[in-house]
Amino acid sequence: MNSSLYSRHAWSGIVIIAALLAALPIFNLIFPPEHLLHISSYSIALVGKFMCYAMAALALDLVWGYTGILSLGHGVFFALGAYAHGMYLMRAIGSDGVSQSRLPDFMVFLDWKEFPWYWSMTDNFWYCMALVILVPGILAFIFGYFAFRSRIKGVYFSIITQAMTYAFMLLFFRNNTGFGGNNGFTDFKRILGYTITAPTTKAALYLITLAFLVGALFLCRWIVHSKLGRVLQAVRDAESRLMFIGYNPLWFKLFVWTLSAVLCGIAGALYVPQVGIINPSEMSPGNSIEMVIWAAVGGRGSLVGPIIGAFSVNGLKSWFTAAFPDLWLFALGLLFILVTLFMPQGFLGLFKNLRKNKEIA
Amino acid sequence: MRFLISLLIASFLCIHAASSYAAIDVTLLKPLSGDDPDARIEAVGKIAALANEEAAMLLNALKNDTLYAKQDGQVFIIENGKAYNPETGKTSAPPDGIDGISVNNRLRGAVERALSGFTLFSPDRARRLSAAIELQKTAGIEQASLINKALETETDPEIKTILSLVAATVNLQSPEAAMRKAAVMSLATSSNAHLKPVLQKMLEKNPDGSFVEPDENVRIAAVHTLDALSSRLARTEFVGNMFYGVSLGSVLLLAALGLAITFGLMGIINMAHGELLMIGAYTTYVCQLMFRQFLPNAIDAYLIVALPAAFIVAGAVGIALERTVIRWLYGRPLETLLATWGISLMLMQLVRSIFGAQNVEVANPTWMSGGITILGSLVLSYNRIVIIFFAMFVVLCVWLILNKTRLGLFVRAVTQNRRMADCVGVPTEKIDMLCFGLGSGIAGLGGVALSQLGNVGPDLGQSYIVDSFMVVVLGGVGQLAGTIFAAFGLGEVNKFLEPIAGAVLAKITILVFIIIFIQKRPQGLFAMKGRSAE
Repeated sequence: MNSSLYSRHAWSGIVIIAALLAALPIFNLIFPPEHLLHISSYSIALVGKFMCYAMAALALDLVWGYTGILSLGHGVFFALGAYAHGMYLMRAIGSDGVSQSRLPDFMVFLDWKEFPWYWSMTDNFWYCMALVILVPGILAFIFGYFAFRSRIKGVYFSIITQAMTYAFMLLFFRNNTGFGGNNGFTDFKRILGYTITAPTTKAALYLITLAFLVGALFLCRWIVHSKLGRVLQAVRDAESRLMFIGYNPLWFKLFVWTLSAVLCGIAGALYVPQVGIINPSEMSPGNSIEMVIWAAVGGRGSLVGPIIGAFSVNGLKSWFTAAFPDLWLFALGLLFILVTLFMPQGFLGLFKNLRKNKEIA
Repeated sequence: MRFLISLLIASFLCIHAASSYAAIDVTLLKPLSGDDPDARIEAVGKIAALANEEAAMLLNALKNDTLYAKQDGQVFIIENGKAYNPETGKTSAPPDGIDGISVNNRLRGAVERALSGFTLFSPDRARRLSAAIELQKTAGIEQASLINKALETETDPEIKTILSLVAATVNLQSPEAAMRKAAVMSLATSSNAHLKPVLQKMLEKNPDGSFVEPDENVRIAAVHTLDALSSRLARTEFVGNMFYGVSLGSVLLLAALGLAITFGLMGIINMAHGELLMIGAYTTYVCQLMFRQFLPNAIDAYLIVALPAAFIVAGAVGIALERTVIRWLYGRPLETLLATWGISLMLMQLVRSIFGAQNVEVANPTWMSGGITILGSLVLSYNRIVIIFFAMFVVLCVWLILNKTRLGLFVRAVTQNRRMADCVGVPTEKIDMLCFGLGSGIAGLGGVALSQLGNVGPDLGQSYIVDSFMVVVLGGVGQLAGTIFAAFGLGEVNKFLEPIAGAVLAKITILVFIIIFIQKRPQGLFAMKGRSAE
């Protein structure tokens, strides 16, 4: 690994936090429930979920914070990755569903006799993993190619990404689309032969998610620090000037946009087995905007910021929805307003300002 | 009560029916208590065809579960501890060993159809009319004699036309070929969609190669009638789609017009726009509550009061938002988007805390309920018609404000060149505030209209926000005419696609179309020309 990627301090910080996160499921497994150091399975599931969200926020930050493209439709990539993995998990249920059929229960309810063509080969785990990358990637590539080619940017781009996720949500809500309609996929039994609810499987999924999150962080860091990353920031700051110098922003934007969608799809794929359900409401426009606020709260354009943002906003959400369920939307709404008005650079920006002020004084 | 109803029906029959008393034949009564479900339904039909007082009484008894039968099939109507024998017309003490006749859903349906046929003799014209219209859908051959009897005594021309069509429909099943042919020919003027499959069935072949309809002349007549019917139905459907398309377009227009001002002219991405619609709808609800509480006599006027109230409330909320949040974010559209989304979440939760998460009920005033029937079967409801005109009225007002008032002049000046306008003394900040208030107020008016068409709930705005943005973007930012064209265009396209593709796929197709369209013409249908174009 390139040692200039992070400073020595940052390296030690990342290693310590990653080690602490990695230790959680081990504490869950080796200590009995009544032990003082025991971490509840609930907390493991929660942190595992947050890490998936953090990865999605990271992906979003790559396009928004560094390239200036605000997507209000990243939920669709997240959900497509999740659905791609979910297809395998549904096939892995086998005939153990309620209807005791080879087909998933929802297809039995629709009175289908055969899998539709797009379900073929989905009983193969690696094929589905390929879909996790390809489906969001290809969708993003096609959508991005047409959008960037006709130089749609700013709020227009945001609005059509929102329309895209809305259209996909409507499509997946239909029963006849073949993805379970309203209920989506749920009641998974096993993954690669392991029981999905077993604590060891959960711990393994958690650790894999952590590894992917750290990997994604390094990848993004490497990209934004390379020459490519500088071009991307130039797209954000002065696209026309970049074109006059002789660069064609189309391919740079398309690359980072597609990469971001793929990362988001992987996050979704990691999310499904841990949460145990995926349904079309993940594609609702509201969900995608919530992802944006994770990145905004942590501090966009900083990579670590969105991860912090995803953890803090979702932590707050878990606490609020348990303690004051009626107040959560007020709190979230207020967060949107306060962050945009007073903390345009998020938490990290706040820290930077404090440090700068100290240096000046 | 039951007795009263049967008495009532019996009295109509006394007036119209030819025979005042006739005992019911035992061959009709016997199957009623039997086991064969088809025979029972046939018996009900035959009894109804008698169209006399006894028949009404018997069917009512069957419906109300007061009909009993002995083992040998003799039936009795048990009322007030007395047994009436419809076969003999004699009343006696209830005999021993009688059981109630069980009525399953199918039989109950047949009984109710038969009884509704009796309504054809009601002295009330409206009831006769509705019965005749109902019969168009449900009539069967067993009701033929009943309908013919009603046709003889009917005097109202409108009901008579409907009844003769019903009679023809029923006669299609007649065993005589001449009768069927006459029926088919007289149906050529009908516009009843239910007839189409019946006629088509006549032209089909049985598995053994013979036609379902054996007589060739009848088949030829059926082909002609089917052609006439199909073209009439196609015309009706076309007009219906046009109308619903215009109606949807006017709704989209009302939803998007406010946005065309705030987004189109001022460039503010107001994600809380949908919630301003919702506030307008809830204001209507509150007005209705007020009227119900304090002026129950003038309840129909609540809508007139709701219009200015909704404009003021939504406009005030808009101005408050502009002053507290949005004005700090001018020139940062992406941040505005996020902040206003936050506002929309808070407004939704606020409404949920005040009015509850359930939908509230907003009733149409009486002058808006109902509709006019055109082309025989197409009903254009008054509330949709009113909203179409209302949308045009609002557009006219907006156009007048923007083009004929001092405020409009300033708004256009600020839109075209903010700094220059500032230099020549236009109070730009105040104009921003008023303009945003105007856009929000119009959203409130849109909310009043929406409350008359659909559910009013905290999520009302969410379902319109994507659509409204699509309309504005498609029409071209800053172009009022573009917004109008886009709204009506989308409404029409949507309604014409729906029968082909289904509602959801139609919507998806339109979204995909818009996404592609924007690629081609990023500036929308009506692109701005000249210096203000980027």
